[in-house]
Amino acid sequence: MRIKQIYPTYRQTRCLHYSQSSLALSSAKEHSPLVGTKPVNTVTLIPGDGVGAELMGSVQMIFKQIGVPVQWEELFVSETSSSRSASLDDVLKSIRKNQVCLKGVISSGHGVSGVSGELETLNMKMRRALDLFAYVVHAKSIPGLLTRHNDLDFVVVREQLEGEYSALEHESVPGVVESLKIITRGRSERIAKFAFDYAIKHGRKKVTAVHKANIMKLGDGQFLQSCEEISELYPSIALETMIIDNCCMQLVSNPWQFDVMVMPNLYGNIVDNIAAGLVGGAGVVPGENYSEDYVIYEPGARHSFHEGVGRNIANPTAILLAASKMLAHLNLHHFSSALSSAVYEVFKSGKVRMRDMGGQATSIDFTKAILQAIRL
Amino acid sequence: MVIPQKAIDSVNKNKIGLKGPLATPIGKGHQSLNLALRKTFNLYANVRPCRSIEGYKTPYDDVDLVTIRENTEGEYSGIEHVIVDGVVQSIKLITEVASRRVAEFAFRYAVANGRKSVTAVHKANIMRMSDGLFLQCCREAAEKFPEVQFDEMYLDTVCLHMVQDPKKYDVLVMPNLYGDILSDLCAGLIGGLGVTPSGNIGENGAAIFESVHGTAPDIAGQDKANPTALLLSACMMLKHMGLGTYGSKIEKAAFEAIKNKETRTADLGGKATCSQFTDAVCRYVD
Repeated sequence: MRIKQIYPTYRQTRCLHYSQSSLALSSAKEHSPLVGTKPVNTVTLIPGDGVGAELMGSVQMIFKQIGVPVQWEELFVSETSSSRSASLDDVLKSIRKNQVCLKGVISSGHGVSGVSGELETLNMKMRRALDLFAYVVHAKSIPGLLTRHNDLDFVVVREQLEGEYSALEHESVPGVVESLKIITRGRSERIAKFAFDYAIKHGRKKVTAVHKANIMKLGDGQFLQSCEEISELYPSIALETMIIDNCCMQLVSNPWQFDVMVMPNLYGNIVDNIAAGLVGGAGVVPGENYSEDYVIYEPGARHSFHEGVGRNIANPTAILLAASKMLAHLNLHHFSSALSSAVYEVFKSGKVRMRDMGGQATSIDFTKAILQAIRL
Repeated sequence: MVIPQKAIDSVNKNKIGLKGPLATPIGKGHQSLNLALRKTFNLYANVRPCRSIEGYKTPYDDVDLVTIRENTEGEYSGIEHVIVDGVVQSIKLITEVASRRVAEFAFRYAVANGRKSVTAVHKANIMRMSDGLFLQCCREAAEKFPEVQFDEMYLDTVCLHMVQDPKKYDVLVMPNLYGDILSDLCAGLIGGLGVTPSGNIGENGAAIFESVHGTAPDIAGQDKANPTALLLSACMMLKHMGLGTYGSKIEKAAFEAIKNKETRTADLGGKATCSQFTDAVCRYVD
């Protein structure tokens, strides 16, 4: 009985499990004009803050040089420079139309009332409006990039609409603040199902549910229960559960044990960053945001790297790998694998190395090296 | 299940306690005794120094930091309820009193232990009011201790950099949940809970030092256990009591014993039993 109740609700599987290509093709046919004889995909482009504009430059340059049939619809969006920013409505309209977006990092201001005076950040508003419930970070070691742990390949799936990011806070009396963490059965089931579907689609064997249900017995308890119930629909995928503090310890001492991991919002933020750090840093890991209808690709660790602005030192790997994943989603598999192979080749050969690899190459040098390594 | 009155009286009289691991049976419903101890003695700050152990190699060999975690509130208030079926609300509580108390402790600790900087770890970009309040208290405490450098950093940034370059960090102060996670992350860098000391500081000079690993019932009574965590916690205790010279001596001896494969315990890849390790430490102290 339960199975019948759950299954029809999860149409998001369409964007992953059933056929990425059918979704992409439909978007290509419905929304893109014909340029010459090849259909062109229109993608929303949001450079973001910090080094975003420079990094997008790398992507646009490479795409143009190799003739990728993608047309950019660029929007300047910023919470910290809100007067120059496109309105949230315009952004949503664009993404709803194009269904695919490549974005840099949008910084949230901080402090007692943030920059906008509101409790909810612009990022959260966007994610909620578009129902981007799942955030996926693929932590994969890059041969040639020296790290303490090699040959890692695991995926972090993070529920990103609820949990600690509810923006529901109040000061009950002066000096006493309550912040609400919300966990719902519906969203817990949805993210769990996403994680298991992802595991099936990508040939993975195990899903680790990360929680703190020994302390947050009701909240994380609900999350855990949802994972356990959903796992019964997937007898071929093993479910493991792990408490977040032990999980962090395991990540630094034995990260090879992990395959797919699923967790609520805050733990996801933590584990995403640990994972990025393990495979080489914020500059090399891509991230994907999924709703049932839209996908937004961005750098995995979500750091805007303000210190790097204008110095030509930001590593374009993360955004290029994100762009490669986007190309696969658009059914442009040839371009997708050519781009990611080129990135891996530049790292492997070790001839052009950026700061985080112990070298002196600039962002532009690195981008050019990747361009040269592309074999179509 | 309550703490025996004798135990409460003893700690109140002596002010200092040393504690081994206490198991909390799952599903029994009663509050964990660890939590009860924390509440009874108002242990507001949990201090965990994490230093790479010479002689026990991990991929991280330049760790030397201290995590100070607010121990009474935050996400561990235990205030949760099911609002409607399928919707749970957990309340994270941040108060000015507790935040100020732990922030000022962190700076006093830094000064007392010759540490150069204190970093407040937070997520005030997301939890603007609660972590914002915590951060504000840290900033105000920093002004009272101008000799100590003060930084603030997002929790995710700290995690990102911690696994790449932990020597960037000195003293870290943060609310309850982040502290729990980060202190375990740091323990993982140096070799796990079996070698990590911990101290809980209460008001009025009370303090309970403890090892934070589990009770390991499977090896109990077999002379296999590694006493390092408890021993290092005892050294922390001596330093707290002003008997730092003794504390350092014992610590040094313990590290010497770990360096040698013959005298280190099995969980660290060595051959010694618990008593053999203990004897070795006694020898090295002399």
